[in-house]
Amino acid sequence: MTAVYVPGDSSARSVGADEVATAILAEAARRAADVTLVRNGSRGLMWLEPLVEVATPAGRVAYGPVGADDVAGLFDGGFLDGGAHPLGHGATEEIAWLAEQTRLTFSRVGVVDPLSLSDYVAHGGLAALDTALAMTPEQICDVVTESGLRGRGGAGFPTGRKWRTVLDAPATPKFVTCNADEGDSGTFADRMLMEGDPFMLIESMVISGFAVGAHEGFIYVRSEYPAAVATLRAAIAEAHGSGLLGPSVQGSGFAFDLEIRVGAGSYICGEETAMLESLEGKRGVVRAKPPLPAIEGLFGQPTVVNNVLSLASVLPILARGAAFYQGLGVARSRGTQVFQLAGNVARGGIVETAFGITLGEMLERFGGGTRSGRPIRAVQVGGPLGAYVPPSQFHLPLDYEAFVEAGAMLGHGGIVVFDDTVDMAAQARFAMEFCAAESCGKCTPCRVGAVRGVEVIDRIVAGQDVEANTVLLEDLLELMTDGSLCAMGGLTPMPVRSVLHHFPEDLGVKRGSPT
Amino acid sequence: MSATPVRQAWSEEAATSTIAAHASQRGPLLPVLRALQETFGYVDERAIALVAHALNLSRADVYGVLTFYSDLRTSPQGVTRLQVCRGEACQSVGANALADHARAALSVAFGETTTDGAVTLDEVFCLGNCALGPTVARDGELVGRVDPRRFDQLVHEAGS
Repeated sequence: MTAVYVPGDSSARSVGADEVATAILAEAARRAADVTLVRNGSRGLMWLEPLVEVATPAGRVAYGPVGADDVAGLFDGGFLDGGAHPLGHGATEEIAWLAEQTRLTFSRVGVVDPLSLSDYVAHGGLAALDTALAMTPEQICDVVTESGLRGRGGAGFPTGRKWRTVLDAPATPKFVTCNADEGDSGTFADRMLMEGDPFMLIESMVISGFAVGAHEGFIYVRSEYPAAVATLRAAIAEAHGSGLLGPSVQGSGFAFDLEIRVGAGSYICGEETAMLESLEGKRGVVRAKPPLPAIEGLFGQPTVVNNVLSLASVLPILARGAAFYQGLGVARSRGTQVFQLAGNVARGGIVETAFGITLGEMLERFGGGTRSGRPIRAVQVGGPLGAYVPPSQFHLPLDYEAFVEAGAMLGHGGIVVFDDTVDMAAQARFAMEFCAAESCGKCTPCRVGAVRGVEVIDRIVAGQDVEANTVLLEDLLELMTDGSLCAMGGLTPMPVRSVLHHFPEDLGVKRGSPT
Repeated sequence: MSATPVRQAWSEEAATSTIAAHASQRGPLLPVLRALQETFGYVDERAIALVAHALNLSRADVYGVLTFYSDLRTSPQGVTRLQVCRGEACQSVGANALADHARAALSVAFGETTTDGAVTLDEVFCLGNCALGPTVARDGELVGRVDPRRFDQLVHEAGS
């Protein structure tokens, strides 16, 4: 019997993985070959999807991108024994793109059968939970703090301190919530983790609950991710059946339950307080802070709000120690970040690596330039609210503070590549248009400012009173930055400002003319 | 997972039982509205008063949530829903041209349904397929690297 892996990940399926899986089963039946098909997650080498792997005595061997038409030829070439083929890449683990990464949170994604708990345990799963259940809640918070882990959703707040605040809050009940409303264009790591290694999220939420004294957790998943929702639901049912969730987690006496809530197509619900409102069944309108969600969050109770990747990072920290994790990265950015290479890029996908490599290195060594073969003109880092970074800044190290200093941000680690055909004025306009479409409407700088932003950019592009309108735009950007209630209105100016500063010619504005 | 869901015609009894099935959870309004949409394919305006009554909310509260979320619709949609991603990652590989093509090919604006009722065209900001764009979701299932020709094929398969 030979195990053949064909990813069941949504992205792999978007380019024909289901058809390939069907073709492999049909061809195996025709040739009476003994094949077991596993629908794993994706290894994250998206340009090679569908990436088919065969388990051989010497390890897993990769072929890709495989089309249904290629399947008969793969059988002819002896791929079930790892035979050579034009689509072959040799041993999966030795593909340089993968071997040069430091996969901690993504260590199992693409490797295991996502819904097999035994596979999960065989690949190091539940080690962190065993460690955590033998510790006190205070000790867990301390270890997470010592690791230097900062929230991976974009804000970069120290996770351990957040947990400690909830632990110390006197009110009960408390809640832990996972923000899986991954709405930033150019990001897909949360989705791939939920589809490819759902038990990791369940385990980390149990630990989070134990660390802060919460017995109930909610995962808020965006509706655009139906496959992630289905996988998580199946994994939660399995976790209940095996005692990983329920009245006594792993027989420890600690009770913990998890529920999935599905969003309804609103970007702003990725903002933590809007997410809490949405979890309560209301309009996703942002709340003023304070009070912090850690003190008054879901249903007014102390609540942890963590991104998928923040939670997932806790497992290697507990399993391998705070010092190990803290030993990776640079300055105040410790551990690994899951970068997502997206857009017009030759080799897009998941690159998990320690903080500190330069943006240029990421784009060249991993990205391999553009998909179109044309020169890179700009990359947008950190989602729709992130800056457009020009090649003159590709020396920047991927580090929270270095990006902030350069007027940019890392955000959730999305890196969207544009070639030299991009119209940067259109991108600046889109930032405002997007904000106008997705603003929750609570505060005026965001609700009205975004609409005015589109109008003033249109006037500049049309050549109307360019100098005065540019001053007006700068003024508007300052007002939105300083006066908005949350990051939606507060950061929409970032991409616009980056276009003004780095690509003014696209707007018809003289370089360096605005203040 | 959500390939061509079976939808029933509006009935007050079906609406009432759908509401009742989800009313007991905490923060029930959004889950109740989602369930109504799953049952009927949209949330009929006649459901607003029923939901308000069942959850002890004002009709304004229900209307407010119903109209806040872009997933929730108040009129029936086409048999197939095609969502064209307009996020930046898809823009970088031609999503704007694809969006123009989609609207022209179907003669509808985003949010509208073709006159034969076969296809509802929507825009969406990111489907999480950012390295394999431009992306279209067909009833929730992703289709990657969609060019105008592939889009026409999707429309053809939807029978429009």
